[in-house]
Amino acid sequence: MRAVDAVMECLKAEGVEVVFGYPGGANLPTYDAFVDAGIRHVLVRHEQGGGHAAEGYARATGKVGVALGTSGPGATNLVTAITDAMMDSTPVVFLTGQVRTELLGTDGFQEADMLGITMPIVKHSFMIQHPLEIPRAIHEAFHIARTGRPGPVVVDIPTDLSRADIPYEPVTDVRLPGYQPTTEGNQKQIRQAAKALASARRPVIYAGGGVVNANASAELIALVRSDRFPVTCTLMGLGAYPAPDPQWLGMLGMHGTRAANYAMDEADLICCVGARFDDRITGKLSEFAPRAKFIHIDIDPAEISKNVPAHIPIVGDAKNVLTKLVAEYRALEADSSRLEEWWSRIDGWRERYPLTYEDSADTEIKPQRLIEAMYEATGGNAIVVSDVGQHQMWAAQYFHFDAPRKWINSGGLGTMGFGLPAAMGAAVGCPDQTVICLTGDGGFQMNAQELATCATEGIPVKVLIMNNGYLGMVRQWQELFWDRRYSHVDMGQWPDFVKLAEAYGCTGMRFEDKTTLVDDIRTALETPGPVVVDVRVTKEENVYPMIAPGAAARDMVG
Amino acid sequence: MGEPGTKELLSLEELEATAGHHTGRKHTLSILVENKPGVLTRIAGLFARRGFNIDTLTVGPTDDERISRITLTLDGALHPIDQVTKQLHKLINVLKIRDLDPTDTVARELAMFKVAVDGPQRAEVMQICEIFRGKVVDVTKRSIVVEVTGTCDKIDAFERMVRPFGLVEMMRTGEIAIARGRGET
Repeated sequence: MRAVDAVMECLKAEGVEVVFGYPGGANLPTYDAFVDAGIRHVLVRHEQGGGHAAEGYARATGKVGVALGTSGPGATNLVTAITDAMMDSTPVVFLTGQVRTELLGTDGFQEADMLGITMPIVKHSFMIQHPLEIPRAIHEAFHIARTGRPGPVVVDIPTDLSRADIPYEPVTDVRLPGYQPTTEGNQKQIRQAAKALASARRPVIYAGGGVVNANASAELIALVRSDRFPVTCTLMGLGAYPAPDPQWLGMLGMHGTRAANYAMDEADLICCVGARFDDRITGKLSEFAPRAKFIHIDIDPAEISKNVPAHIPIVGDAKNVLTKLVAEYRALEADSSRLEEWWSRIDGWRERYPLTYEDSADTEIKPQRLIEAMYEATGGNAIVVSDVGQHQMWAAQYFHFDAPRKWINSGGLGTMGFGLPAAMGAAVGCPDQTVICLTGDGGFQMNAQELATCATEGIPVKVLIMNNGYLGMVRQWQELFWDRRYSHVDMGQWPDFVKLAEAYGCTGMRFEDKTTLVDDIRTALETPGPVVVDVRVTKEENVYPMIAPGAAARDMVG
Repeated sequence: MGEPGTKELLSLEELEATAGHHTGRKHTLSILVENKPGVLTRIAGLFARRGFNIDTLTVGPTDDERISRITLTLDGALHPIDQVTKQLHKLINVLKIRDLDPTDTVARELAMFKVAVDGPQRAEVMQICEIFRGKVVDVTKRSIVVEVTGTCDKIDAFERMVRPFGLVEMMRTGEIAIARGRGET
């Protein structure tokens, strides 16, 4: 069997339904194998789009995404998506073509040292040196990508090796002696954590994307409701706990709610599950949650005590650990009246500082209103894939995510251009669900070419462009912190997004009136096929509240 | 105070006052790795990413041909090393890491010194060499080469002794280290 046909067998054995890719010289053998393989291949228009599509697919379905590129430029175009997958712990296998072995290291045509380039941004990578290694490498790549803390794995295959004739035998074991993620969680530590929770008077549960990755949403809910614990999620964790809910404080961090941030600030115990105390969460680190002790539950030991020292570290899979923690906690039969005072304080904040904005007096669409209208039009029944910037923050604030995997965005890397291709991947993975790509006029243009993919493949992504004519988040920072000296943030009026949509074979629409917005959005969602809507919103609107850069959470503004 | 992301000026002092837990001593990391291409780059890359400077690094085979041992030393006074150790553990090809306790470890380094000496001075260097239990491995009319084995400190001391005689060059292998007692390193 040709090695590339063995690759296809491996993909099928791993349950791969679809790959997102782009052909070229060095992966011609792979593309030949696709002809008979019976695996769906989505031909993207740019490898970066393929990479993000594989991420969107993985995040929406919980399965491993697969992206393909040729050698050299094809491979380097994947780099941003690989980094993005690393930062947000997304399981994706990237298969890249490589020049034939005799050309390696000679600056051969379309040669790039993919292994070297991607070394700091992968969970692991394989450079195939012998065709017999291929099946094992592919299976191990999937194993590494999906287990432990998920992440991107690159498999780089020189074109001559992929043409070799090899005996294919399914590989059922993995031989990775240096890779044994701890999943169970230390029972003694878990008991300690339960005791700490039972005696805490001002506890907060702080959950992140790790809960989503571990499919541990039900277990998180069980923990939160095992007592009257207040809960907040990071940007990556939204949906892990259903919003709205009496115990839900909203998102925390730079643009989180005051209730969530103040609760963290005054907490005596913070139970962190699958989050990593990112600088967008902590604000000024030295003044972060000064009175709190920390329980830190994470599958990745390197995250424990990285930014904030953990008093009770628990390394393990969130689903596993939370199940045990709930059992331990219930056994203690803690008196929940001890939390009365804490809740009255939190309720005070919630009453005094709800998320709010000043709506327009006329028909102008405020960006926050657009998100609310999206929520009303969908009833929350949609996968929302966002790009990066102000619209992303407003969506996180105003759209209430009631289940995991319904909110997909680029959190760690903050990749503009992520939205459309990721939405495309999510729509391919979840064909029965409404998939909305909420993007900005800046981010959308960074991967707008994927509209052609959507039109060609009939992928019915509904794109809502929150168009304010600015790179809004950068403009906001220039306004607030750089004396309103606007420098290169004005995007002007081009392109005409409606015409662009039509040129790409999609339906184009433009919304400018807030009074009909909910119905207009419904119309867009009901229109078959890919739809692009240019939603004109207030040009200069800021995302509030905000922890100013380098400030402490209690000093939120706006 | 200059805050990140804002227009305030950052003073150089502020830039230098970066946080991090420093142990203040030399650390010897003994790392067992799979004997595969690219492993050393992955390890070196982790240190480079944090801006850490590796002081010495040696790589050699073990009694198992599929496994190599890397011994590296770095200065805990300059770098917070616990985090990087955890990061090393995440590398798929890394099997085992030990941050060796200096009191429970025998560490040795091999060094060769080329000294430009002749006549009576040569005798003097040879005498020093004897005190340090070194060995003369090459002699010409105008130079000798001495081989010395020992801890880093011992080799530093030997260097200080022979430098005044006219040190032409010095080669050091970097330390290897083994745990004392019956247990494996």
